[in-house]
Amino acid sequence: MSAIAFPTPDSEILARRDALIAGLAALVPADALITSEDERRAFETDAFTAYRRMPLAVVLPRTTEEVAKVLAYCHHAKVPVIPRGAGTSLAGGAIPQEDAVVIGLSRLNRVLDIDFPNRIAHVQAGVTNLSITNAVSAEGYFFAPDPSSQLACTIGGNIGMNSGGAHCLKYGVTTNNILGVTLVLVDGTVVEIGGDAMDAPGYDYLGLVCGSEGQLGIITEAKVRILRAAEGARPVLFGFETSEQAGSAVAAIIGAGIIPVAMEFMDKPAIEICEAFAHAGYPLDVDALLIIEVEGSDEEMDAALARIVAIAKQHGVKTVKESKSAIETAAIWKGRKSAFGATGRVADYICMDGTIPTGQLPFVLRRIDEIVKGYGLRVANVFHAGDGNLHPLVLYNVNDPEEARKAEDAGNDILKLCVEVGGCLTGEHGVGIEKRDLMNHQFNREDLHEQMRIRASFDARWILNPAKVFPLDGRLAGEAA
Amino acid sequence: MQTNFSLAALAVPGMQEAEKILRTCVHCGFCTATCPTYLELGDELDSPRGRIYLIKSMFEQNAPASEEVATHIDRCLTCLSCMTTCPSGVDYMHLIDKARVHVEETYWRPWHQRLPRYLLAQLLPYPRRFAALLPFARMARPLAPLMAKIPKIGQTLAAMLTLAPKEAPPKATFKGPALLIPKGVKRGRVALLGGCAQKALAPNINDAAVRVLALLGYEVVLPRGEGCCGALVQHMGDESTAREQARKLVNAIWDEHEEAELEAVIITASGCGTSIKDYGHLLAGDQAYAARAATVAGLAKDISEFLADKDLAAKIPTGQVVAYHSACSMQHGQKITEAPKTILKKLGFVVRDVPEGHICCGSAGTYNMLQPEISGRLRARKTKNIARLRPHMVATGNLGCISQISLGFDERGEKTPVVHTVELVEWALGGEKPKALVGIRSL
Repeated sequence: MSAIAFPTPDSEILARRDALIAGLAALVPADALITSEDERRAFETDAFTAYRRMPLAVVLPRTTEEVAKVLAYCHHAKVPVIPRGAGTSLAGGAIPQEDAVVIGLSRLNRVLDIDFPNRIAHVQAGVTNLSITNAVSAEGYFFAPDPSSQLACTIGGNIGMNSGGAHCLKYGVTTNNILGVTLVLVDGTVVEIGGDAMDAPGYDYLGLVCGSEGQLGIITEAKVRILRAAEGARPVLFGFETSEQAGSAVAAIIGAGIIPVAMEFMDKPAIEICEAFAHAGYPLDVDALLIIEVEGSDEEMDAALARIVAIAKQHGVKTVKESKSAIETAAIWKGRKSAFGATGRVADYICMDGTIPTGQLPFVLRRIDEIVKGYGLRVANVFHAGDGNLHPLVLYNVNDPEEARKAEDAGNDILKLCVEVGGCLTGEHGVGIEKRDLMNHQFNREDLHEQMRIRASFDARWILNPAKVFPLDGRLAGEAA
Repeated sequence: MQTNFSLAALAVPGMQEAEKILRTCVHCGFCTATCPTYLELGDELDSPRGRIYLIKSMFEQNAPASEEVATHIDRCLTCLSCMTTCPSGVDYMHLIDKARVHVEETYWRPWHQRLPRYLLAQLLPYPRRFAALLPFARMARPLAPLMAKIPKIGQTLAAMLTLAPKEAPPKATFKGPALLIPKGVKRGRVALLGGCAQKALAPNINDAAVRVLALLGYEVVLPRGEGCCGALVQHMGDESTAREQARKLVNAIWDEHEEAELEAVIITASGCGTSIKDYGHLLAGDQAYAARAATVAGLAKDISEFLADKDLAAKIPTGQVVAYHSACSMQHGQKITEAPKTILKKLGFVVRDVPEGHICCGSAGTYNMLQPEISGRLRARKTKNIARLRPHMVATGNLGCISQISLGFDERGEKTPVVHTVELVEWALGGEKPKALVGIRSL
């Protein structure tokens, strides 16, 4: 199996490996350069493990200056560079190639400053998403975007992929919660984009960098917006007899103008998997579960819930169960956030990340089921229903090449379906290598060409995370600039 | 995660189990976030996911361990924090055990690694040898800084000396094998594990446990000829000696169990507890022992687990602020999280959780001697977090942590005593004041 192609490694670069390593060794301390075959292998993939490529070398810099030196060196030497945060990408965003140097940001893991009056946390790029909240939670603050991998994923990676999360329904995704970044450009120039206040003068470069998947530069620091936590928050479990009912309830709640903090969906396979891991009290006698969280004062929560429950009843809700304690709330979210990993107890999986208009939920859920069954496979659905961001997990056996191919084909069909109903290939995981070739399905040639021109204006030599995002064929000329 | 074992590699004993473990890992990376060595070193190779990957490649090819692979595996604390975090249920403990065996079998360590490992394996599990050497270690203790300057091995030697107690440990009150019969109504019969290093270093812990158990009406048996549980050598990759020691302990307990049924085997060192509770797995392939080993594993209980549902009422004024440090073998290895705190609260202590409590203090068996640099960093990190609570004392359930955290407070120049949970229980029930608390004015 190798449905997703990698570029042929540049033999000229491979031939220069010793010299390149000697050059890198002059730039960083010995413990920041990984060259042995055994050790490089651990960096050959991320959380999209079906694809793997050994990098030429791995560098783990400790400062922005070291990142700049290494990047400038690689740029000068015309060697591809793969930025890596915690390596949690489900789309292969951090998968290397044989002729590339991986720059890992894991050692840039300090919270630099917290400015409570102005609600800003200034952190290094390798800081994990959750540790930003941990650093400010004692004072009653939090950082809103909360990808399920928030325990491990880094803010640098979040910005690269414009990550979302369960609570983004109310608070917006990463791009809505960052104020500025320190970006090392491909030639080693260090620039500051944005700053301490919302919206910088001039073009919205910050908006451009957010979601650029490491192709415009390497982020080494970020200033992010921290928010005051609500007085209270209460997740409620709504059990439905069919996925369609749950889907139409979501569409109706959003349609009624209600925006809960989070509205998460799980189908029966996902409920069973997550309950077995987290013991969160999810109902096991239903086919679909919505976790809807409301927040605010008790009165506010009661009022919002009353409206939501009324709508759910119109859509045939079978069970309604409110969290009664902080421990229950933690377990409910632990189950949801561990869904992908917990699925690993049952089978291998590939995780899709398409978005659709919420009104299409019932139709799309039915079609997903048909598509996956058509390939003779199983699917577990667990996703951010409120903003129509689907995560079907196509279950298969990775050691069986035939099943692996089928799983990929099923995944592609699902994503095409998302595009057809007016949605998009990726909600929050990014394109990476996984959806790269489907970009032709989402965009026409002119669209893609214009996007590539923007990318090339930052990296004319096309060395930053080169085999990602854009289809390999028809890439913008001028790579050898 | 995909695996590519050759048939030959799969035929190696233990490899089918290893493959099964590897197949459950989805490479999500959650484990990296709660791994102490990854937090300190920032290199994925020093994280569970990185180590799993190194192990996978080594096993798939049935390749000898390289120096690099051995280094990263050696740096693992075996704190098992990753297993608490892992949503996929990867059995990291048994995987790293297998990897350690493979490293010992295929990698020839340099002398400065072989020597201390040999010494520790020959000394710590044998209380008499160890006790005989302790006075010398005490005398040599001031030389530690000087010794640290010796190339290659100095840091380890210095760490060994620094961890030796400054004062001679007390003599054990209860030595067995005589039984201790409670005065009032007899509730049941339990065996108390003597342990090895703890016997030499801190017999006061088991003395306290015996008195508490007797007070509650339990007849306490100290099994004859038990020896070390085997954890120490197992973590150094010597599984056959570990099995030998485990069989000896199973025999000792089994004899008592046959004589009169034991309600439980009580353990006051959570490191040993984790290992004994896994005897069913360790001796699964040994037909003569498998069933008995599983029974002993089932009887094993940490003292805090055993006391959790007992009626306990303080006989002295309590209310002191206790920072409860959960040993990794307690919270991650045995998943005992609430019981020790419940007991202390029941007795009127004000119990506080340590921030970042899931991160290891760096003791980890012999780790603080074999990996003094990383261990020192974790010790400083841990004591800093505990100090934030401004506690009167620290309570924990594992001697290794007691020594490590005490040393950490010494290094900070602070006098915060560290005691075993059961010592506080005994004190609160009207027994002896824990040795570490004697002479502290605020208590």
